[in-house]
Amino acid sequence: MSAHALTNRESLLAARIREETGVKVAECYQCGKCTAGCPMARWMDISPNQIMRNLQTGDEADENRLLSCQALWHCAGCLTCTQRCPKGLDPAAVMDVLREAARRRGTVPASARKVLAFHEAFLKTVEDFGRMNEWPLVARYKLATGDLFADVLLAPEMLLKGKLPIVPHAIRGREEVRRIFRESRKKEKR
Amino acid sequence: MKACGYYPGCSLAGGGVELDLSIREVSKAAGVDLREIEDWNCCGATAAHCLNHDLAVALPYRVLSLAEEQGLAEVLAPCAACFSRLKGTNLRLARSAELAGRVRAVVGRPYGGGVKIVNVNEFCGRLAAGGLKDKLSKPLGLKVAGYYGCLLSRGEGIVEGEDPENPSAMDAVIRAAGCEPVSWNFSTECCGGGFSMSKTEAVVELSAAVLADARAAGADLVVTGCPMCHSNLDMRQRSMGSEGRGMPVLYLSELLGLACGLKPEALGLNRHFTDAGPIASPLSVRGERRPSECGASRNTSTPGGR
Repeated sequence: MSAHALTNRESLLAARIREETGVKVAECYQCGKCTAGCPMARWMDISPNQIMRNLQTGDEADENRLLSCQALWHCAGCLTCTQRCPKGLDPAAVMDVLREAARRRGTVPASARKVLAFHEAFLKTVEDFGRMNEWPLVARYKLATGDLFADVLLAPEMLLKGKLPIVPHAIRGREEVRRIFRESRKKEKR
Repeated sequence: MKACGYYPGCSLAGGGVELDLSIREVSKAAGVDLREIEDWNCCGATAAHCLNHDLAVALPYRVLSLAEEQGLAEVLAPCAACFSRLKGTNLRLARSAELAGRVRAVVGRPYGGGVKIVNVNEFCGRLAAGGLKDKLSKPLGLKVAGYYGCLLSRGEGIVEGEDPENPSAMDAVIRAAGCEPVSWNFSTECCGGGFSMSKTEAVVELSAAVLADARAAGADLVVTGCPMCHSNLDMRQRSMGSEGRGMPVLYLSELLGLACGLKPEALGLNRHFTDAGPIASPLSVRGERRPSECGASRNTSTPGGR
C-alpha cells in the first residue's frame, strides 16, 4: 500500500508544500513526537501533529481551519519537531509555507495579531534602514498593537547599559535592500 | 595575524552588545583580525522566514555576496539566528539551482557560494585551542551550564559535528576557562526566542524553566552564544518566580575573556541586567569594579552561596 492510499487526494496546499519544502504530508504517520517535544504546544489551538493531519485529508474544511488557526503564529521556529521526526519530515518548514498562505488569504486570526504585528514591524524597519533598529521596531509594534506600555520599564535601563542605540543605523545599500523587498513581495501576490 | 570575516548582525549593535564586545576582545587577545563585512544588512531573522521565503533567502544572500566580493572566505556570525540564516541560505542555494537563479534576480548580485559561515561555539573553541591557549591564565573554577538553545544545536547540515540532543561544543571552551560543564536537561530547550515582546508570558515561562534546571544541576552560571536567548534569560528574570531569578547569564566569549584575565567591563559584563559581578570580580579583577557599575541591577546573585 502506498502512503498516498491514506489520503483522499493531495490538496493544492499539500502540493505547494511538497514543491516548496519537499515534504510529502501523506507520509506523516501521526506518532505525535513533534507535539510531544514542542515547547509552544501549550499555547497552540491545533497541535503540530494535528496540523500535519489536517493537510492529509484533502478536506477543504480542515484546510480552512488550519489556515485560520493561531498555532501557526505561536510556532517559535525552534526546529525540535523537524529534528525529531522519525519520518524525516520537516514540520517547521511546513509551518512557514502555511503562514505565508494564511497571510496571503487574509485568514490570520485576531489572537495572533500581536505576533504578526511584531514580524511586520521588524521587516518594515529592515526595509527602511537595511538593519533592525530597536527604537523604530518597538515604536511601530506599539502603534500597530496599541500595546503602548509593553516593556517600558526595560528601556531606561537598556539605555543606561548601552543596549539601545539612540540613533538608528542606516546602511548605504538601503536602495538594494528595498529592491529585495519589492522583488520578494511579488511572491506574496502569487 | 590571522584574519576572519565578521558579521555582527543587528542584535550585536543593540541588546546583544556584550557579545560583540567580548568577541572583539577575545579575538584581539588571540591575534585574530576580525574584518567586518562592509555595509552588511539584516539577515531577516525569524520575521522573514515566517512571512516570506524569498525574502528569507534574499537578505542573507546579499550579505554572502558582499562577503565574497570583499574577499572574505570565512565569516564569523556570532548571533545564533544570523548563523543559522546565513549558513542555511548557503545550503538552500547549493541544493536548488532554480532558487539560486531566482534569488540572484531578486537581489541583483552574483554569489558563487564560497563563503564559509562559522558560529560562536566553533570560533571560541578554535581560539581556546589556538591563539588563547597560553593566555588562559585565570581559571575561574565555576560550574557552568552550557546553553545551546535551538539554533546552535539544531538544523540539519547547519550545526555540524554535534549530537543535536546532546551537543558538546561548549564543553571544551568551558574547561579551557578552568570551569566544569554541568550535565543538565535543558541545554537545547527553547527559551521562547523571538516572542519576547509579542508573547512575553511564554518567554518568561520557558526561560524560567531553563534557568531552574540549570540551578537544579548545580550551575553557578549559564553561558550562551545567542543574543536572543541571552536577552530572554537575562533581562526577563525580574518577571520570573524565585526559580528563575539571580542566575548570571554570560556569553561564552565573555567566559573565555574572563579566563584570559580581560577586564569584565571591556567584555560587557557590567551591561547585563542580572548582576554577573560576583563571578567576574573576585577572580579576575578584584577591587577594580565599583558597585555603581552594576547600574540599576537589583538581582544580587551569589554563586556557590545559595
